[in-house]
Amino acid sequence: MIILKASNISKQYRLGTVGTGTISHDLNRWWHKVRGKEDPFLKVGESNDRSTKGESEYVWALQDINFEVQRGEVLGIIGKNGAGKSTLLKILSRVTSPTTGEIKTKGRIASLLEVGTGFHPELTGRENIYLNGAILGMTKKEIKAKEEEIISFSGCERYIDTPVKRYSSGMRVRLAFAVAAHLEPDVLVIDEVLAVGDAEFQKKAIGKMQDISQGEGRTVLFVSHNMAAVKSLCTRAIVLEHGETVFEGNVDSAVRYYLSIDNLENNTSLINRKDRLGNQKLKVSKIDFHNCENDIVMEVISGDYLKIKLLISKFEDVVYEKLFVSIDFLNKDLVSVLKYVNDEMGFSFSDLKNKDSFELEIPNLYLSAGIYSIRIVITEIDTTPDNFIDVIDNVASIKVLPGDLWGSGKLNRTDSIVIFPGDFNV
Amino acid sequence: MPLMTPQDQWLYTISSKHKLIDLNFKEIWRYRDLLILFVKRDIVTVYKQTILGPLWYVIQPLFTSVIFTLIFNNLGNIQTGGVPPFLFNLAGITAWNYFKECLTGTSSTFTTNQSIFGKVYFPRVIMPMSITISNLLKFGIQLGIFIGFYIYYAFQGQTFGFNSHIFLLPVYIVMMALMGLGLGMIISSMTTKYRDLTVLVGFGVQLLMYVSAVPYPVSEAKAKFPSSVALIVEYNPLTQIIEGFRVMLLNTGAFSWFGFIYTLIISVVLFLIGLVIFNKTEKSFIDTV
Repeated sequence: MIILKASNISKQYRLGTVGTGTISHDLNRWWHKVRGKEDPFLKVGESNDRSTKGESEYVWALQDINFEVQRGEVLGIIGKNGAGKSTLLKILSRVTSPTTGEIKTKGRIASLLEVGTGFHPELTGRENIYLNGAILGMTKKEIKAKEEEIISFSGCERYIDTPVKRYSSGMRVRLAFAVAAHLEPDVLVIDEVLAVGDAEFQKKAIGKMQDISQGEGRTVLFVSHNMAAVKSLCTRAIVLEHGETVFEGNVDSAVRYYLSIDNLENNTSLINRKDRLGNQKLKVSKIDFHNCENDIVMEVISGDYLKIKLLISKFEDVVYEKLFVSIDFLNKDLVSVLKYVNDEMGFSFSDLKNKDSFELEIPNLYLSAGIYSIRIVITEIDTTPDNFIDVIDNVASIKVLPGDLWGSGKLNRTDSIVIFPGDFNV
Repeated sequence: MPLMTPQDQWLYTISSKHKLIDLNFKEIWRYRDLLILFVKRDIVTVYKQTILGPLWYVIQPLFTSVIFTLIFNNLGNIQTGGVPPFLFNLAGITAWNYFKECLTGTSSTFTTNQSIFGKVYFPRVIMPMSITISNLLKFGIQLGIFIGFYIYYAFQGQTFGFNSHIFLLPVYIVMMALMGLGLGMIISSMTTKYRDLTVLVGFGVQLLMYVSAVPYPVSEAKAKFPSSVALIVEYNPLTQIIEGFRVMLLNTGAFSWFGFIYTLIISVVLFLIGLVIFNKTEKSFIDTV
């Protein structure tokens, strides 16, 4: 049964600041309305691509979004920054209204666009549970029934009668999420709130979300950049790009589609990049990171398998037997922390003659968490600048997430560059 | 929710179109606990970490009355019709404060709460309502103090007393609330996009007090002001409230049913206009605030 239906949702925003210029537009709009004519500014407006400079003062943050949600379904909404996800959630949660179109719902919608909305620093944890719960739409009776459960879920028993301003930010988030997790609306709208708290609490939060969606059969709309969370929670997903729905379908295909748009953009620019050295007889035209299941990824967990796949565009012939290829991982200080060079590894690229791609497989990437940029150097015969074929810095960057190398349940610290297997003995 | 809901039976629709007055009383009732909690929050948090605590509610009107008495009655020699000047001023200030707090509190509803309003939906009108109610509690405390001094002066043998219209007091309080709330909602709606009015409110309220006969009786204004100004003072609905307040409690000044009726009408109309504008604004103010 359909519980929520969105038809032709569009949202227009005006760019720039509100000033004296705005009032002439407002008057113009009002004048059209008085004469019963259509709003003149609805005809203008461009698609919302943040990086390009536009002609119009108006942009469409959302354009003709249509979807239906079945009762008990967990729908993921994914998209890059600025794709319109949050605007859509704002409309769903009635914070703002759409410019055109309408959303019909058969149930009460509660939204969690932020944890701890309306927390008052001077009030105690317990008082804030009531206040926050009421803001989210619970009645006092409902909160009272769940008070103990909320407190124990948050793990803040000791501080519950202390003003929230004395809390650490982590505790505040725990308490806020605990309140939110005990909401019981017909439709729950959640935005990125899982990206808070420490790893242990995130696990607890995702577990709770799973309970809500699967165990209790609640309808949930879930927006996140955390693809693992989206995959584990959602059954279906829609992908937004520049305010339009570009994909709608089961969650695995949607995540794959989302990752491919990310990659596509990165790689189309790679071949056109001018900041490279060498004679360009060969050019690196595409780089992909893969996990052990051969899915394209943008992130890898420290200590996990990583495969880098490079596509080479050939322009002139080279002596493939004499090719030097080095792949460097640079940390944020631009220090090379890990380097793979084929000659010292005893590998020859002679077979590349008949192929246009090669791979580097790393069974265990023992780098600490952080973002590493990749530098690629391809030369012929030796590594003097005269023989450079293609040298390019920051080809792509890979995000390494904290791992649990020792299997102890504790995340590895991130203040070192590498983390390597070893044992203490006494 | 019954399982067999027909396909076309929607609970509500989110769209850009809306009716002129779209007040969902059922929804407001459902959020009544939130209203109570907001009131509690406003009361409890204002004087947290202060030593005198709620005593501050009392100190402000007392000191203002003392100053008014010194300046207007001792220095300015304004006659208060046989009523102790201090008590006369305290009555005016107590009433005026309630109106002023409602007005200034609600007039910034949208701008001060944009972080909450931007994240979660609840009937927005809960916010100004909570301000009006929490101010009513403050007003109650201040009225209590006034009654304390009233009794003190009565024992001193001063000659004043209630007027027979005292039964209208609750109506006057409601009128003050409606006027402050209505005006505040209008201003808060109009300042979401253009902030010009916020500047005006700051000193406007101060000036308004002087043309609302707070520190002087209407009879003095009639006698000493130029006739055009006296007319403004006399027919200003706020004057009607302040003067009426003093008539009822201190039996000084003049009461007219005509003044009472038109003030009542104005306050109800202001409130309704405020509600309509507020309702229209709340749909999408977050885009322009």
